[in-house]
Amino acid sequence: MPILSKDDAQAILKKVMSFTKADECEANLNGRTSGNVRYARNTVTTAGAADNVSLVVQCWFGRRSGVATCNQFDEETLRRCVQRAEEIARLAPEDPDYMPRLSPQQYLAANSFAQSTAGITPDFRAQAAGDSIALCEARKLTAAGYLEDGASFAAIRNSKGLEAYQQFTNVDFSVTVRTPDGLGSGYAVADFTDAAKFDAKALTKVAADKASASVSAKAIEPGKYTVILEPAALVSDEGLINRLVYAFDAREADEGRSFLSKKGGGTRKGEKLFDSRVSISVDPTNPLAPSGVFDNEGLPVKKLPIIEKGVVKNLYYSRFWAEKNKVAPTGFTGNFVMEGGTASTADLIKSTQKGILVTRLWYIRDVDPQTLLVTGLTRDGTFYIEKGKIKHPIKNMRFNESPVIMLNNIEAVGRAQRLGGNLVPPLKIRDFTFTSLSDAV
Amino acid sequence: MKRRDFVGLTSLAAGALFLPSFPSLAGEPVELARLFDPVMDAAINKRLADAALNAAKSAGASYADVRIGRYLNQALFTREKQVQNIANTESYGAGVRVIANGTWGFAATNNVSEAGLAKAAQLAVQIAKANAKAQKEPVKLAPQKGYGEVSWKAPIQQNAFEVPIAQKVDLLLAANAKAMENGASFVNSALFQVNEQKYFASTDGSYIDQDIHRIWPTFGITVVDRSTGKFRTRQALSASMGLGYEYLTPKAQDKIAGPAGSDVIGYKNSYDILEDAALAAKQTKQKLTAKSVTPGKYDLVLDPHHLGLTIHESVGHPLELDRVLGYEANFAGTSFATLDWKKQGKPYGSKLVNIVADKRQPGSLGAVGYDDEGVQTKEWDLIKDGKLVDYQKIRDQAHIVGQNESDGCCYAQSWQDVQFQRMPNVSLRPGAQKLSVDDMVKNVEKGIYIAGNGSFSIDQQRYNFQFGGQVFYAIENGKITGMLEDVAYQANTLEFWNSCAATCDQSDYRLVGFFNDGKGQPSQSSAVSHGSATTRFNGVNVINTARKI
Repeated sequence: MPILSKDDAQAILKKVMSFTKADECEANLNGRTSGNVRYARNTVTTAGAADNVSLVVQCWFGRRSGVATCNQFDEETLRRCVQRAEEIARLAPEDPDYMPRLSPQQYLAANSFAQSTAGITPDFRAQAAGDSIALCEARKLTAAGYLEDGASFAAIRNSKGLEAYQQFTNVDFSVTVRTPDGLGSGYAVADFTDAAKFDAKALTKVAADKASASVSAKAIEPGKYTVILEPAALVSDEGLINRLVYAFDAREADEGRSFLSKKGGGTRKGEKLFDSRVSISVDPTNPLAPSGVFDNEGLPVKKLPIIEKGVVKNLYYSRFWAEKNKVAPTGFTGNFVMEGGTASTADLIKSTQKGILVTRLWYIRDVDPQTLLVTGLTRDGTFYIEKGKIKHPIKNMRFNESPVIMLNNIEAVGRAQRLGGNLVPPLKIRDFTFTSLSDAV
Repeated sequence: MKRRDFVGLTSLAAGALFLPSFPSLAGEPVELARLFDPVMDAAINKRLADAALNAAKSAGASYADVRIGRYLNQALFTREKQVQNIANTESYGAGVRVIANGTWGFAATNNVSEAGLAKAAQLAVQIAKANAKAQKEPVKLAPQKGYGEVSWKAPIQQNAFEVPIAQKVDLLLAANAKAMENGASFVNSALFQVNEQKYFASTDGSYIDQDIHRIWPTFGITVVDRSTGKFRTRQALSASMGLGYEYLTPKAQDKIAGPAGSDVIGYKNSYDILEDAALAAKQTKQKLTAKSVTPGKYDLVLDPHHLGLTIHESVGHPLELDRVLGYEANFAGTSFATLDWKKQGKPYGSKLVNIVADKRQPGSLGAVGYDDEGVQTKEWDLIKDGKLVDYQKIRDQAHIVGQNESDGCCYAQSWQDVQFQRMPNVSLRPGAQKLSVDDMVKNVEKGIYIAGNGSFSIDQQRYNFQFGGQVFYAIENGKITGMLEDVAYQANTLEFWNSCAATCDQSDYRLVGFFNDGKGQPSQSSAVSHGSATTRFNGVNVINTARKI
């Protein structure tokens, strides 16, 4: 039941449209079936499964709108749901940011669903956890990890005849491996659309190797260093690049409260704010990182460069703000693609005279929205590099850095990899600012 | 960010980005009238719960508990003169947790019928048995007596859900108007209300009916100076509380002034949103021209709204026993305060540091009668005279530290999530000697007074942290001499708490709360309060956060 076909989903949504007497109506039907397994101290701790399908109906009378929802799909329930949305709409205040429903749209096709993932069983999850634990036990290490997979669909229909439908699958896995004395810790993380690409053992081995290699870390003086930031350091825990990509809202820039606001008014669109090697796009049909091809109103998401060769190319416009500014609105569902080169992380290490390899950054928080300055710490595998080789593990450090400054200090860009539904390359950055030492392992 | 998360957030309007954080609006949108439907009836719930417990036992469970929950949320969002969104959500269903073959199993369903619950119970047993194969540490529960049929209700005076939406919207818009009149360029405000109706039953013989309320009014103000391109923000100094709408009726006795020379006002058990919005706008304007801090060592005087977050991160989290033991190693992290570290008896803080955990403090977010595994709540010491004396633990952890009772701090964010150890309220006891904030400031030669919590970050073992704030004032030779900007302090947990030099008395004590403390995989939110009086810490490292881009 949770994964309805396009026809079955639209059949429900068509009924919804036939029941409404409102000026306008929009209905979203979403379903997801998912499962997870969690382990720690080399034993499975919790496992769960969840199914859900829900319908959200929104009706408008002029600029007034109301929302109702249900999760049963017989005619009577649907009819009642529509009536409730209409009743609330009549009582609601007028919305000054109101926009009429979209007319039918054309969408790109993204390869965002894989049957291999939709067919995952509890045994598959138990096996993955078991393999990860077994590898660590054999090496006298301790594993803590989490695997979650799911299949989902999103369907939209509105009273102007707009129809949209897309299916998704995801596998998200992360593992932290620690030495029994608590002096070493390593991490690996990956996500896939297609479960066939997922290899729990290979990922656990990366984390285990980093754990073993990170014992007896030496303290170095905080300061400015050349760093190689692996993709997990750039995007996991809503990292440095995510924060930059989310900060491209046109309205906030126009209002003067964004790093993209211009002194005296206007935005910094068209200015070269980053190194020429920086290009970042919204790209839902990228074969390695497919994502949503429409937003929750049915606005198409298309390839949209936001930074091209270091230049601010586009900002995100909501439909309301786009209309006000006489520009086209931009669909955005949160995923991005950063262009990479051909070098592997190993190649970046080889070309480094002195520097630091960072596996993961953690507890990243905004410090100053004016400059996008953020703080956070290294975690689970931080190593000193000398003459092209990993010399020794080092103690973790706190950084205070802005992605805007960081992306002006690029030494090299590696090969892009998928992480968190995005594509992001490892980056070699000079003058990355560490401000204090941490005793945490 | 996953599409499902992002799409969920976009409906909350981009302007809300300037609010400190979103509480999880778990559940589905519902129309207002639905919020008053009487769904939870104790007699019916008992019958349903028994169906689940019997099914679990028949399937081979040695222990089972069931939580039937109805979770109501209402959130109002406004900016300047307009209402952006009004969201009513409801989530109703039941979760069944069992032990079979020494292993936990859990399943949840929104089919709240005898058949639906029995099926969930059977599935939970099936999952437990499957996982038993990989189990190396069979579950050992601390004994727990059954309480029979009991109930607990949050002691609220006015149910916020019963206040007309128009009245609540008018209050937020009035606060926005105050901010704009006083120089704000933009203002976003919001009011979050939560009602958890929970029915718990277990094979120990407890049938517990509880009604819990939480409220959080907040705003974010921005002042933009177009000529310099500079902008500054200030968030509300409200607290999220375990109270009803009475929190929004200001009372003079609940207002506590900051030190002379600052124009800070803190709030105890009621909040004056109009006053705070006006003050916030004035302070944000001042921030645009405030002196940028010179980095170095300062004595910090931290107000309770600020200090609560530091307590949360540097005492609350490291003393969660599941983190200490490694169960959170892959996500939230572990802790420096291991069982071995505790045995060494080293000081966590100076002798003035007395930190207490509780699940009972009236008006706090953590207050309940019983936790989510049917244990009556209590208060207990974590740090006494600077020494670590205990952790936070639940039924399956007590034996690990040689104890035979749970602390009653087990919680699940909804019926569909499995319950686990969560932080209770963790509070610094006020000083026993009479001491006002003004008297505290008088003795500071070179210091900074910080009010309001801001940016926060701490490592995964809770040693190294960095905190910002909302407003900062220089203290020179015992006097507040003006506002500062670009301030953040970095410290090590143990050095920081050992530098605690003085704490004000009970008259300055108040709570700050957090709606959205995250832990676990899949991540769950919980709400928790922290009490303290204004406190002084000597010689803390302050950095300057200004950058040029």
